[in-house]
Amino acid sequence: MNKREFLKDAILFFPAAATLQALAPAAEAKAESAPSAPGYDATKHWYGMGIEVDKCIGCNRCVEACKAENDVPEEPFFFRTWIERYQIHENGETTVECISTRTAQPEQAAPEDPTVVRTFFVPKLCNQCAHPPCVQVCPVGATFQTRDGVVLVDSTRCIGCRYCIQACPYGARYLNPRTRTADKCTFCYHRVTEGLLPACVEVCPTEARIFGDLKGRADRLVRFHRVNQISVLKADLNTEPKVLYAKLDGEVR
Amino acid sequence: MRLPEQVTRLGFVIAAIAALVLLLRFVILPADMFSARPHQAAAVEREMAKPVRHAGVAACRGCHEEQYQEKYGGAHRNIGCENCHGPAAAHAADENVPQPPPSREREFCLRCHAYDAARPNGFPQVDPQEHKPRKKCLSCHEAHDPVPPKTPQECAGCHGRIERTKALSTHALVECSICHAVDERHMTEPRLALPTKPDSREVCGKCHASGSTDPAVSRLTVDLASHGGTYVCWECHYAHLPEGRK
Repeated sequence: MNKREFLKDAILFFPAAATLQALAPAAEAKAESAPSAPGYDATKHWYGMGIEVDKCIGCNRCVEACKAENDVPEEPFFFRTWIERYQIHENGETTVECISTRTAQPEQAAPEDPTVVRTFFVPKLCNQCAHPPCVQVCPVGATFQTRDGVVLVDSTRCIGCRYCIQACPYGARYLNPRTRTADKCTFCYHRVTEGLLPACVEVCPTEARIFGDLKGRADRLVRFHRVNQISVLKADLNTEPKVLYAKLDGEVR
Repeated sequence: MRLPEQVTRLGFVIAAIAALVLLLRFVILPADMFSARPHQAAAVEREMAKPVRHAGVAACRGCHEEQYQEKYGGAHRNIGCENCHGPAAAHAADENVPQPPPSREREFCLRCHAYDAARPNGFPQVDPQEHKPRKKCLSCHEAHDPVPPKTPQECAGCHGRIERTKALSTHALVECSICHAVDERHMTEPRLALPTKPDSREVCGKCHASGSTDPAVSRLTVDLASHGGTYVCWECHYAHLPEGRK
C-alpha cells in the first residue's frame, strides 16, 4: 500500500465510523426491548414476597414443590428455599437447624427439650435484594437484576467461580452440580410472568407465604406490608430485601 | 504556516489507529462484549420459557369443581390441590395424562399434623404414637373436608364386633350399661377412661342367682355359693356369647 491508497482508505473510514457510532445505541436498545413476552411489561412490576412466620408449620411442602418446579437437584443440600427451626433456650442461646435436609419424617415426635422457651419455623429463600451484593461481585455479569426486581443468573454466562455464593449474606445461592453454575430462587420467574404464583406459594397449606407486586396499589402484598409490622433479614446491610417477614422473632438472622 | 511533513504523517497514523479501534468496537466485536444487556435479555427470555409444572388451583377447578367446593367448605380450604396431589400441569394441559394419586399413607398426613413444638399454637396436631397408631388417617378423616369424626353415641360405633356377636347370643337384649359402667370421658378420650367390667359375681347374680324370678333366666340359675368357687363369672363364661363356653 502506498501513501496515496492509504490516504484514500483513511478518508472513507472516518465518516463510516461516525455513522456506526450513531447507529450503535439504536441496536442496543433493540436488543434490550426484546425480552418482554407479548403482553408482559416488566417495568410495571416490582415483585416481592411476604412471609408470616407465625403460620409456618414446617411441613416442607414448599421445598418439595420448588424442587419439582425448578429442577433443583434432589440431594437434600441443594435448596432454592428451605425451612429453619429456631430454638431459643433459657440461657438466651439460640440454635438453628435446617429441617429441609431431613429425608424422612420421624415417626415419633421429638422429645421436648425443657430448656427451650420458644421454638418456631422460618422459611428462607433468596431475598431478591433491591441492592444485591451478588450482582456487584459477579466478574462476568452473569447475575443481574431484571426490571421487575428479580435477581436472575444467566447460566450460559456464569463461569461457576462461586463469588456470588460467598457474597450472598443470606446463603441463598448454591452451585448446581449438573450445570456447574450458580443457581438461586427466581421467584419462579417463568410462572409469575404468566400470572401464576410461585410454586412455594401455590402449595403452602397455611398461607404463610404471600406473593405480590409492590407496584400494584391494591395488591395483597401491599396490604400485607401495610397491616403488619414488617422486618427484613439483616436490614443493617442495606441490601433492601424484598422478602418481607411479619411477626419475626428478633433472634432470627 | 505549513506543517512539517513528519507531523502530517504521524497524524495519519494516529487517525488510522483510531479508526481501527472504532471499527473493532462497533463493527467487528459483538455488542454483548461491552454491554450485559443483550445477553441478559436472552437470559430473561430463557427463564420465561421454562416449563410450568404446577398448574394452580384455578386450573384444577375448571374440571374438578365438585372437589373444589367440598374442600372450600372444610378446614383444608386454603390448601392448594397440588400440595397433596403433586405437580399437575401436564394433567391440566391434557386430561389423558394421568395424575398420580396422592399418598394415602399415615406419614403423609403426619408431615403437617404430627405434634411439633415449633408449630404454631392452635394448629391441629396429634401425637402419632397415641392417636390411632398404625391406622390410616383416611379411614376416619375425609381429606377434602377433614372434620374430626363425630364421637359415636352408640357403643357399636367403635365396638361393632362385640355388638354383632352379642346380637346373636341370648344376651342380645341386654344393654351394655347393665354390665359396664361407662364414664362420660370415655367418649372423647377412650383410653383415659376405660369402662368397667363386672368385678363381682353379684353382677351376673342379679339375674342368674338361684331364686331369680325373671322368667327369661329362671332355668339358667346357679347357686352362687357353691358354683365356680371364687372366680368372677366372665373368667369362665364369655358374657357376649354365653352359648360358646370358654
